[in-house]
Amino acid sequence: MRPFSVLTGPATLLPAKNIDTDIILPAHHLKVLTRRGLGGAAFHTYRFAPDGGVLKNSPFNRPDGLVAPIIIAGENFGCGSSREHASWALDDFGVRVIISPRFADIFSGNAFKNGLLLIELPQSAIDSLVAAGTEHITIDLAAQTVSTPGWGSIVFEIDPFRKSCLLGGLDEIALTERLTAEILTFERAHEERAAWIRPKLRQ
Amino acid sequence: MKAQTLYEKLWDAHVISRREDGTCLIFIDRHFIHEVTTPQAFDGLRAAARRLRRPDLMLAVPDHNVSTQSRLTPGNAESAAQLAALEQNCREFGITYIPITDARQGIVHVIGPELGFTLPGLTVVCGDSHTATHGAFGTLAFGIGTSEIEHVFATQTLWLRPSRTLQVLVEGRFAPGVGPKDLALAVIAALGAGGANGHAIEYAGSAISALSMEGRMTLCNMAIEAGARTGLVAPDEKTFAYLQARPWAPAGDLWDEAVASWRTLVSDSDAVFDKVIRLDAGAIPPLVTWGTSPEDVAPIDGAVPDPESFAEPAKREAVRRSLAYMGLAPGTKLAAIDIGHVFIGSCTNSRIEDLREAAAIARFGRVAASVRQALVVPGSGLVKRQAEAEGLDKIFIAAGFEWREPGCSMCLAMNDDKVPPGERCASTSNRNFVGRQGPGARTHLLSPAMAAAAALTGHLTDIRTFAARPLQESLAL
Repeated sequence: MRPFSVLTGPATLLPAKNIDTDIILPAHHLKVLTRRGLGGAAFHTYRFAPDGGVLKNSPFNRPDGLVAPIIIAGENFGCGSSREHASWALDDFGVRVIISPRFADIFSGNAFKNGLLLIELPQSAIDSLVAAGTEHITIDLAAQTVSTPGWGSIVFEIDPFRKSCLLGGLDEIALTERLTAEILTFERAHEERAAWIRPKLRQ
Repeated sequence: MKAQTLYEKLWDAHVISRREDGTCLIFIDRHFIHEVTTPQAFDGLRAAARRLRRPDLMLAVPDHNVSTQSRLTPGNAESAAQLAALEQNCREFGITYIPITDARQGIVHVIGPELGFTLPGLTVVCGDSHTATHGAFGTLAFGIGTSEIEHVFATQTLWLRPSRTLQVLVEGRFAPGVGPKDLALAVIAALGAGGANGHAIEYAGSAISALSMEGRMTLCNMAIEAGARTGLVAPDEKTFAYLQARPWAPAGDLWDEAVASWRTLVSDSDAVFDKVIRLDAGAIPPLVTWGTSPEDVAPIDGAVPDPESFAEPAKREAVRRSLAYMGLAPGTKLAAIDIGHVFIGSCTNSRIEDLREAAAIARFGRVAASVRQALVVPGSGLVKRQAEAEGLDKIFIAAGFEWREPGCSMCLAMNDDKVPPGERCASTSNRNFVGRQGPGARTHLLSPAMAAAAALTGHLTDIRTFAARPLQESLAL
């Protein structure tokens, strides 16, 4: 996982609620065998017309032609399909932080495991931040703050484990492997408690 | 001992280790894998030179990216490569693989229970958000991402925080023409598409007990559409009867032992849920979606709402976008909306009861001339075989439906079955998202009976008035 510390940059505004992972990455891009190269297809229907032309009023259009590293979205962002391809696409597209009142559960886990920082803030705080301007937002993970000039800053909550993993860029599987003995003990007791639990195909 | 909900019992039986912040390391009893979300996880294992810990707890089947017209490998190179990768990865890591030519092949959430690989009391995961389907058996089942798949491959565990608990209590009897799909939509409408985020749903009450296993699967399948990763129904005699003698179900003494332990899988009568909602089954009308979120539900005799009628600004914005995409004006009567495509299938509604329900309507007529495509896609080879034994295939074919091979098909636009841009589809699947059934495709979610009725009339149709018509016609003779 790529470590995250401090980031300053502009935000893209996606105020609708229930933006699903089919919007973040349509299913016909799920035929890939690797994690790379999905950024071009991210938010395809928000960026391109059905004929493939660039949408003039896309929220992703910026005068400088760059991709804003922050997204400010409506509630329940990332709902729907469990496809981690959505997180890979966001990462490849250049998004590092998403701010929303609430994220969908599966998306939240996937995003974290790919080093994306998800920040939950109340809608009122988001409205106030957006009103203050979204060109120079600073996210400080260690301090757990979102700030922007002339507005001040607000503290966000984050799971301490996720925070330490993001700050250090840690590999979760390697962490779990330290508990291999405990897993083995559990596994034996589990199968002793319920002899039927191991799958066995009838002949 | 503190009274516990079913979810809490299942959770506690699988905790290996608990961190101070409440996150637990959970043991995983079964892992279903398919072609779309696993290649990168296998690559991760190889890159880190890790072994796959318990291949015996995994079952693999191709479903999302398969052709429903032919059992041959698809002609397009990308799909063929993804299917070949699954087969090769399973061989390399010693995982049981059900090939596309096998009669047991089908949608992963149909075949798991059908083969008895899914059992009550287990933790079940799959890289697919509709894994909650297996919760119909009193199984703690949930969808996971590819990094989590890799974690399960390597350790047979996952780090998770326990969900809050939400009980959906449904009492009473369904009105004629109303069934599990309408209930699933009614629950989503009541909770909202994100209303159950962070929660595990347990469905209970007399209306749930009365549901068949197929109906319970339809209901649990759509838990994720309200934001819940897990949906549960406590196992009962119907559950045991369904599972007995299935290929991977325990046999002999082990079966008796298993059933005895499954009987304990109920929420204690004094267990406390974090949230409870109540629905009256008898008050639910046949439902259909009008927008691009599964919460956009209305009775079939209702109309498309006005975006300005929603209080919340973020929802108004979402509905404006939805109606523009759907090509619908506020106030349009739902039963007046013409459709050009019909899809009967998906992990939500492709089981034998769903096909019987659709066939019972299809036998009254022919697919309307204005309907360009009407697909019936059984959920598995075994469902297909059963349907054919009952003559359902002949009813569908005689009525002008296409009778296909098993797969995810037109649910998600990643195989050959797609709805063309701007076209409208009456679909028994689970998601009406923008582009879900194809770029620019417009989806209306509904029950198998209503999908079949829409195919015959060419427009969204109230099953209650439709079902009365064939009867009158036969009386007129």
